[in-house]
Amino acid sequence: MNTVIFRTITPLIVAIMLVFSVYVCLRGHNEPGGGFIGGLIAASAIAILGMATGAEAARRALRLDPLAIAGFGVFIAGLSGLLSLFTGSPFMTSIWLYLELGQTTLPLSTPLVFDIGVYLVVFGTIATIALALEGEGEEDL
Amino acid sequence: MAELVPSAMIETMTAAADWVVVLPLVLCLMGAAATLMLRRSGRLTFMFSLLILVGVIACEVTLLLRVLDSGPLSMTMGKWLPPFGISFTADIFGAGFALAAAVVTLAVLVYAQGERGADDGRDGFHSMVLLLLAGVTGSFLTGDLFNLYVWFEVMLIASFGLIVLGGSPAQLDGAVKYGFLNFLATTFFLLALGLLYGLLGTLNMADILRVAPSANPAAMAGVAALLLLAFGMKAAAFPVNAWLPAAYHTPPAVISALFAGLLTKVGVYAMLRSLVVLLPASRDLLEPVLVAVALATLLIAPLGAIAETNLRRAIGFLVIGGVGSVLAGIAIPSLAGVSGAGLYVFHAILTMTALYLVAGLVERQTGETDTRRMGGLYAASAPVSMLFFALVLATAGVPPFLGFWPKLLLLQAGLAEAGWSGGLVAMALILNAILTLIAGSRLWAHIFWRSAPEGAVAPAVASRQGEWLRFGAAGALVAVVVAAGLWPNGLFEALRLGAPDLLDPARYVAAVGLAGGSP
Repeated sequence: MNTVIFRTITPLIVAIMLVFSVYVCLRGHNEPGGGFIGGLIAASAIAILGMATGAEAARRALRLDPLAIAGFGVFIAGLSGLLSLFTGSPFMTSIWLYLELGQTTLPLSTPLVFDIGVYLVVFGTIATIALALEGEGEEDL
Repeated sequence: MAELVPSAMIETMTAAADWVVVLPLVLCLMGAAATLMLRRSGRLTFMFSLLILVGVIACEVTLLLRVLDSGPLSMTMGKWLPPFGISFTADIFGAGFALAAAVVTLAVLVYAQGERGADDGRDGFHSMVLLLLAGVTGSFLTGDLFNLYVWFEVMLIASFGLIVLGGSPAQLDGAVKYGFLNFLATTFFLLALGLLYGLLGTLNMADILRVAPSANPAAMAGVAALLLLAFGMKAAAFPVNAWLPAAYHTPPAVISALFAGLLTKVGVYAMLRSLVVLLPASRDLLEPVLVAVALATLLIAPLGAIAETNLRRAIGFLVIGGVGSVLAGIAIPSLAGVSGAGLYVFHAILTMTALYLVAGLVERQTGETDTRRMGGLYAASAPVSMLFFALVLATAGVPPFLGFWPKLLLLQAGLAEAGWSGGLVAMALILNAILTLIAGSRLWAHIFWRSAPEGAVAPAVASRQGEWLRFGAAGALVAVVVAAGLWPNGLFEALRLGAPDLLDPARYVAAVGLAGGSP
């Protein structure tokens, strides 16, 4: 796997996949996509980076511990549900904010935050597993 | 949107006080997430999870007081109307069990801190404990069968992680047996849910109560049988109990304590909820099976405990014996029977956890896991022997202790029942108490009373602080068991208010908001 061609092209592929994963995550509210599949695409990008540069370098490139990213995902997903406490509605009720930006309206909502949480959970978990499998067995717990 | 589908959303405001029904769960989940992020920060992780648990217990006490005061409390997520949205519905039984589960988790966490000492929790122990509690709390408080399945899965994942923590070959062996049989059980549960949804078109518990009487009784009995098998495996009832003694003694004692207190109890609670409350007509059809399973579990489990020499394996059989008592209550679901089953679950959550924690103290002091190589511990540590003996009496159901009261209720239920089944169950309960007492006192005599084996060397003592934490946690839990046994009035008052809700769920359905009969 570790050819010059693969190592040269990897940064490009990884960058495109990461941007695409964000795009898929954001369009997921009304169209195919969403946090789960977005997170999977992003985790595949990290897995490819791990194949090309080694698991250790991929971990360094991530800067954050992937499991901590997954934890953060669960945390903000829970937080997005808790916000409806302040609107007098049950847990997980969505709250919408329509931002008028010139010609267009940008809808922001708590389900978006939840979906970003899902994205981070899937990304963090799968990246942890992938990097552990690619590593030399010296799992960095 | 509200104009288009006015009937699909809840129109009224939700009081902030109603949030106590979901907050325990949300706190556990977010706490698990936060400890995962904090897992490299040493003692902070422990302090933080302690804080979360105190918050959870505070919420659950509030919830229990509220439910005792004004009946079941329900919240349906996302403002959707009940059969469509996922309901969380707490009645007295669910709220009480959730509180007991949080209390034993607190004791386990403190004990674990004493045992792990300098180890700073990098392995994610605290996250998995909180995740396990999230699954258990969710199972006790949910009002939706599919949601119950989700919490079963959460529980399974967390417990699977905990059982392999450390990664010794014995643990992997235990994890495979535990994991395989429990995955099988959840698969059966899922199959039953699919069939039930096909038959009724709903999985909301209150809605099932509304539509189940008009469904095909033969098909419903099939679903109930599948649920019985699934929850029986989860609860380690007799023919499908082999995984429990094979798995519970493999992880460190503190993790077995957590499992013994929480996992099987969720299984029997789910059985109580689904068979007695949701599908009573199908339960009546299955009654001979239930009686047979209860009898076999009651009698065979303590025999296993007598035959076993490994301390924690023997206690595993005592856990199964307790499951038999709850099954007896499900087999004779009169008011006394259901009350006894409920109180037994409450007692077993506290007592079984305490028993495993004390077993951990014993193993630590002797450095052995097999009772054949133990002995003379009374001279070394009289307090531990007292804790152990009190718990043996509580497990067997000797009068002043907590275990006596549910057995009394179950005996009353058995004797009041006309027909052969009640008398048989009552006899089995008494035999179970005697056999459990024999098994427990035999363990006590071997570990504490007889003189130490020749050439036994005392193992190195761990740090002083760890010693205090461990002993304090186990002692406090035993104190709770003893106190609850000496002053059971509050428990009986809760049963008097809570048990009728299981047999006549009108208040439960009304709390969810389906009494008006939306189509």
